[in-house]
Amino acid sequence: MSFQIPLQAQLNNNHTIRKHVLLGITGQDFTLIAASKAAMRGATVLKAADDKTRQLNKHTLMAFSGEAGDTIQFAEYIQANAQLYSMRNGIDLSPSAVANFVRGELASSLRSRKPYNVNLLLGGVDPITLKPSLYWMDYLASLAPLPYAAHGYAQYYCLSILDKHHHPDINYEQGIKILRMCTDELKRRLPIDFKGMLVKVITKDGIREVDYDDSARIDCP
Amino acid sequence: MDTLVAQYSQPMFEKENHGEDDQMELYQPAPSLSLKFAMPPVAQPSAWLRAATDDHANPNCPIKIAHGTTTLAFRFQGGIIVATDSRATAGNWIASQTVKKVIEINSCLLGTMAGGAADCQYWLAYLGMQCRLHELRHKRRISVAAASKILANLVYSYKGMGLSMGTMCAGVTPSEGPALYYIDSDGTRLAGNLFCVGSGQTFAYGVLDAEYRYDLTEQEALELGSRSILAATHRDAYSGGFINLYHVKEDGWVKHGFSDTNPIFWKTKLEKGEFSNVTSEMV
Repeated sequence: MSFQIPLQAQLNNNHTIRKHVLLGITGQDFTLIAASKAAMRGATVLKAADDKTRQLNKHTLMAFSGEAGDTIQFAEYIQANAQLYSMRNGIDLSPSAVANFVRGELASSLRSRKPYNVNLLLGGVDPITLKPSLYWMDYLASLAPLPYAAHGYAQYYCLSILDKHHHPDINYEQGIKILRMCTDELKRRLPIDFKGMLVKVITKDGIREVDYDDSARIDCP
Repeated sequence: MDTLVAQYSQPMFEKENHGEDDQMELYQPAPSLSLKFAMPPVAQPSAWLRAATDDHANPNCPIKIAHGTTTLAFRFQGGIIVATDSRATAGNWIASQTVKKVIEINSCLLGTMAGGAADCQYWLAYLGMQCRLHELRHKRRISVAAASKILANLVYSYKGMGLSMGTMCAGVTPSEGPALYYIDSDGTRLAGNLFCVGSGQTFAYGVLDAEYRYDLTEQEALELGSRSILAATHRDAYSGGFINLYHVKEDGWVKHGFSDTNPIFWKTKLEKGEFSNVTSEMV
């Protein structure tokens, strides 16, 4: 006797991975990170309030998507190391330092027998210069600092919106407004239900979750 | 003389039926939609075609079909906006930057092309002919619903044989008002207010959906159509070239230019501060 798992569920293919939505937007004094709340396996939603982010230190947040298992293992490994650094040295790594550290870890993992298959967004505000930053990184460990970024199918719908509506000096309210345009479009056009977005904002005062109501129904025109 | 005229006054592909068939055709109310093409002598023509053309599975495939496009059309208070890019690609090769992807079927009807360039060009030209014949037979212009259905039935008769097209028919007729239809080579035919078709469709949808309203003014609608194509040409490698813009009104369509995307992109970036991810500094 055995407990059969559907084959679809075992093969957590690229298709499933790309359905996860990760979005990041920077503004004049903040960085917004949004991640879809659905934890999916094959054709099943296992959890509808999943948090695909980890806080690395007071001013850096990492959002992740990718191969099941790899994502959390990798994120918590990075989180542990970032916190170890803070404890040992009594000062946090800056967001750019964290980003380059993560890139290094992912790049060396990539060249191992079993690489981590994870895509990341790193949002932060530098506690000294107070500059907000956003880093985009894919599973091949290419790192790019960007004013706004996305992973998965969200890229196809949201980047054109952000190309048009984003400006580097936007305030928090404008940032939320642009984010709303993006999530509305995803609800309108993506055939799957990603169960809404979990939104966090990083400012000089730290990280907090945003009360983001996306229960409204959005119809195609 | 009459025989000479008869010989040249017919489309080439119907040359096969001579004599009595020729005469019979005059009595037939509608021409047969399925034309007689030679098919490859295999069980499944589409599988054979895929083997020869599928760039993704086999980069060394012998035939590379011209693909990749962004086209859009939407209905609004003042009529219908139709906009396309102008790039034709064959695999990674940009075959042309100056393709006309809007076919002017008649003074009130437009068709757009996405998918296989040859399929689209041929069958939309064929649709144009059928629409003209309908006009001559019935002494009035064809409705958009009927025109789109000719195309839908035609492509459906070739279903499974490897046609590749995603088209839109937009027009204003006295009977229907402004009408917009989407037709693809699967045989899907949909009436709607707003469609984007092609590899760049998602990018165009992003910009278009965000600011689309039915009560857009003419100026806003033209600007939004053009900006949506620009967004797609910026993000989609298989779209680019020029923005081909049309406005279909009650008294026929009006062309609003065939404009190079490059100066428009820089104008948009520098004057409106959009595309802030494009920087001149090296990272």
